[in-house]
Amino acid sequence: MTPPAASSSTSAFLFGLRSAVSSVFILVLSGTYVGLGALAHDFHFSQWWLALSTVLIWAGPAQLILITALGTGGSPVEAAIAVSLSGIRLFPMVVTLLPLLRKKGSPLRNMLLPTHFTSVSMWVESLRLLPAMAREHRLAFCNGLSIGFMIVASTFGLVGYYLAAGLPTLFAGALLFLTPVSFLISTARNAVAMLDRLALALGLIIGPALVYFQVSLDIMWTGIIAGTISYAVHRLRGASA
Amino acid sequence: MSAATQLSPYLMLVLLGFLPNEIWRLLGLIMARGLNEKSEIVLWSRAVATAILAGVIAKLILFPSGELAAMPLSVRVIAAASGFAAFLAIRRSLLAGVAIAEIVLIVGGFLSGH
Repeated sequence: MTPPAASSSTSAFLFGLRSAVSSVFILVLSGTYVGLGALAHDFHFSQWWLALSTVLIWAGPAQLILITALGTGGSPVEAAIAVSLSGIRLFPMVVTLLPLLRKKGSPLRNMLLPTHFTSVSMWVESLRLLPAMAREHRLAFCNGLSIGFMIVASTFGLVGYYLAAGLPTLFAGALLFLTPVSFLISTARNAVAMLDRLALALGLIIGPALVYFQVSLDIMWTGIIAGTISYAVHRLRGASA
Repeated sequence: MSAATQLSPYLMLVLLGFLPNEIWRLLGLIMARGLNEKSEIVLWSRAVATAILAGVIAKLILFPSGELAAMPLSVRVIAAASGFAAFLAIRRSLLAGVAIAEIVLIVGGFLSGH
């Protein structure tokens, strides 16, 4: 699609909605949320809890961590810390996105919605499509794009939830398998730098090891131990290069 | 849900999910100039976040609950490994990887009598 010669905020918003539906992320997003819906059902959360978590948290990894941590009986503090550690990546995304959206003299509160909407899918599509667009239409476009993604995600979350409730064991198991497998592969796909690849590999090994030895706060410690080792290796290699 | 967490699920959602995640977006909003994407603290936190996700993924595959726990461990591990291999072999395609993993899981689950 080509960026529109948008005549109004409304048409920019609608173009945003259309861009969401035709984005390459739709497939990933629907698959992810079908999986999260099945998982939420498995851990006995209600379908409305899941829908609200999609709108409020709006980050697949954070939702996955929260559902798993609470569902497997982790402590509330551990859940909050693990969610927060996973959310740090949103910070540089917001910092790089907002300058594209701000107009001179526009109040900060206009930026509250796009700030909340910032997620990997919306950020990648915005950075790709915004520069070609007139500045006065960017905010409306961005909100349309995000709301489009959010509607799709919430809908497929419900689809996964009800499918998990109604499918025979074999297929319900396959549905539950969708979350770890799609997150595994999409994380691997995003891991271009050695730092990320090492963190992924070490996390896959250290995580289950801590569960096996019944270390408490296993999710949080996995991140801190595997992440810090990866970072140290990255630094040491940088120093020797 | 755990008996240890007697808070209302919706209160937990806001306190343990929404706020700890949203704080980073709000910090981004407040920091007008912001950090360099390559700054050391950002790199470290990216590694920690990736490792957390990896840990959760492995936990869901090796120690699942519900219907997935009914599948033998070997089937789950072989399915995940096949999906990963397919992803690497077929132009780093997410779709190919997920599809192969699911097919192997369903066939494996069927053959092992589920």
